[in-house]
Amino acid sequence: MSEQQQQGVTKKNTRTVRWMLLLVVGMFGFGFAMVPLYNLLCSVTGLNGSTTGRISESSFTKSDVDYSRTITVTFDSTINADLPWEFRPLIKKVTVHPGEFRTVKYYVKNKSDKTIKAQAIPGITPWQATSHFHKAECFCFTQQTLKPGEEKEMPLRFVVTKDLPQGYNTITLSYTFMDTDRSKLKTVSHVPSTHKTL
Amino acid sequence: MSAVIHESDLNSEAHHHGPPTGFKRWLYSTNHKDIGTMYLIFALVMLFLGGAMAMLIRAELYMPGLQIVNPDLYNNLVTDHALIMVFGLVMPAAAGMANWMIPMMIGAPDMALPRMNNMSFWLLPAAAILLVSSLLVQFIPGTGTPVNTGWTLYPPLSVQVGLGMDLLIFSVHLLGISSIMASINIVTTILNMRAPGMTMMKMPLFVWAWFFTGLLLIIIMPVLAGGVTMLLFDRHFGTSFFDAAGGGDPVLFQHLFWFFGHPEVYVLLLPSIGVLGMVIPTFSRKPLFGYKPLVYFMGFLFALGLIVWAHHQYTIGMSLGATTYFMIGTILISIPVGLMIFNFIFTMWRGSMTFETPMLFAIAIILMFSFAGVTGVMLAVVPADLQYHDTYFVVAHFHYALIPGAVFGLYAGVFYWLPKWTGHMYDEKLGKIFFWWTTLSFNLTFFPQHFSGLAGMPRRIIDYNIQYIEFNQISSIGAFLFGLSHLLFLYIIIKTVKGGEKAPAKPWDGAQIGTPGLEWTLPSPPPFHSFTTPPEVK
Repeated sequence: MSEQQQQGVTKKNTRTVRWMLLLVVGMFGFGFAMVPLYNLLCSVTGLNGSTTGRISESSFTKSDVDYSRTITVTFDSTINADLPWEFRPLIKKVTVHPGEFRTVKYYVKNKSDKTIKAQAIPGITPWQATSHFHKAECFCFTQQTLKPGEEKEMPLRFVVTKDLPQGYNTITLSYTFMDTDRSKLKTVSHVPSTHKTL
Repeated sequence: MSAVIHESDLNSEAHHHGPPTGFKRWLYSTNHKDIGTMYLIFALVMLFLGGAMAMLIRAELYMPGLQIVNPDLYNNLVTDHALIMVFGLVMPAAAGMANWMIPMMIGAPDMALPRMNNMSFWLLPAAAILLVSSLLVQFIPGTGTPVNTGWTLYPPLSVQVGLGMDLLIFSVHLLGISSIMASINIVTTILNMRAPGMTMMKMPLFVWAWFFTGLLLIIIMPVLAGGVTMLLFDRHFGTSFFDAAGGGDPVLFQHLFWFFGHPEVYVLLLPSIGVLGMVIPTFSRKPLFGYKPLVYFMGFLFALGLIVWAHHQYTIGMSLGATTYFMIGTILISIPVGLMIFNFIFTMWRGSMTFETPMLFAIAIILMFSFAGVTGVMLAVVPADLQYHDTYFVVAHFHYALIPGAVFGLYAGVFYWLPKWTGHMYDEKLGKIFFWWTTLSFNLTFFPQHFSGLAGMPRRIIDYNIQYIEFNQISSIGAFLFGLSHLLFLYIIIKTVKGGEKAPAKPWDGAQIGTPGLEWTLPSPPPFHSFTTPPEVK
């Protein structure tokens, strides 16, 4: 290949590589851009069942209540991994009219001898109800810190808006308490010692 | 171009420089043929490593209950078997063939970026060492649980496991950088280094297949790299990308992973489709039926493959609209793939076919890969998939897709080009024995898994219900035979490299029929530097 041709090809190669590298960097950025985009998508659609933040009760009036419908709301509780807490709703089930505010309580107790900070993660089933379920007060808005042996009752004040589509008559609200200190998780062995063969 | 010049008696062509001698030839190599050879040897080593893990898995599953390994180690073996076979065997072997064949096919003197080529290969052994250490580190006390997540590395489990996960993340980083660099190199070579007259639409199908593969890798690899980097940050720097307690969502990782993971299937498949496009016209002695449509179908597959990833996640609770979209998109993929298969069948139609080993593999691929396509459509259908999800039916499906679809395609390529690479003909009789042995034992291994899967046997679990014993024992016996057949494969390759009947420049009668490139105009084996003066293509 002549010197001139060689230079032409090298120049073309540099240009192509530059475009390719731009694509690589762009796609790496796209991966990270997925984080806010995904959260946005979920908060708009309620896809992952995470409920919206605090709403103000004063923005609701009597005319927002629909007395012709009754919705059953059931409550569920889960402890994630090995968090040594006891956690349960005081009432398992309530019936409400859409637009009506109701307060229920959850009971929580730290059964260990250490102070533990944990976060409750909400989930709504069916997820289509997510954007119609709002909370005026919730223990999930902040992290909860419990001293050794400490127990308490935590309030939850919620409303189901009357634009909840027809056909959804039972909503389950589930909370999972997760330890905020993740370093503890890595010491957990997932295999009972009787199962060790190698 | 080589800086170190030695006259070598290995090379009969006096006006070409021979290769440098000693380990420097390989460590500092910028020669596409040498780097191709190293890629292929690396892939062969990884084949035996990943295969050994598969043997251990099947030995454990021969009986229900726990016999050989503990559950965590078992799941670690499942994880590493997958990663080694995908990143260690199929991708490097396909890249090795691209290195060897693409410059010779399009009449280029070498790859566009020879030094980057060297680096993209030499990152692989480093990545392999990290990958193996991620398996071994669990035997050091205090390093936490093994990487028992499966190759998908889903959080929250992957955030909780021990040190092995960090090594694995770094290994994935290196593998990603390596294949991005290799892809950039290949795409640049294809775009800029073609001989005068070799237009895009004259390129052999193998080159087209690698063009799309390279583009796919450049698009998807950075997303996986980003995903595992977030995982690393969640593990050590207190971020909450995937941690619900901090406002993240583990499902996000699934989306990032499968945005990479699904097109990755086509990364593994396309080079083999390219090999089929070379092998079938040769042994049918007929030009490729519908060359242009085949190129368009590959482009269609490339585009569709990028937008259907969430069919791996039907069970996460997506909306009806989203699942419907992903279901229809996935079923649509069967159209270009089916058309490709028909094109290959029409190429054979009324050809004067002979059945040398590469052709046997090509026909077997068409049969068995279509089978995987059928189970794939079953899995694409949401209501059915909810039943099949995470069962051995899925395991059977993707092994039918990847072993015939990717690995057998590479075997066809190896037998097809071995005479060109080594200058010797392989032993046809042994090649045919290898074909029948490996194909039959492959089916014996994976066919029963459809049934155990439909009966409800879950994947990635060391123990199983006694009702699945018979299926698993057939599977295990098949797997041992399948594993053993590869010793014959190794023997055939070593024998061919060492000697055998001299191969002519064009070892196959039909090699020049269809859309071949310029590879057959070179002697076998080709000189160390080929096409230093660009050939003219008419």
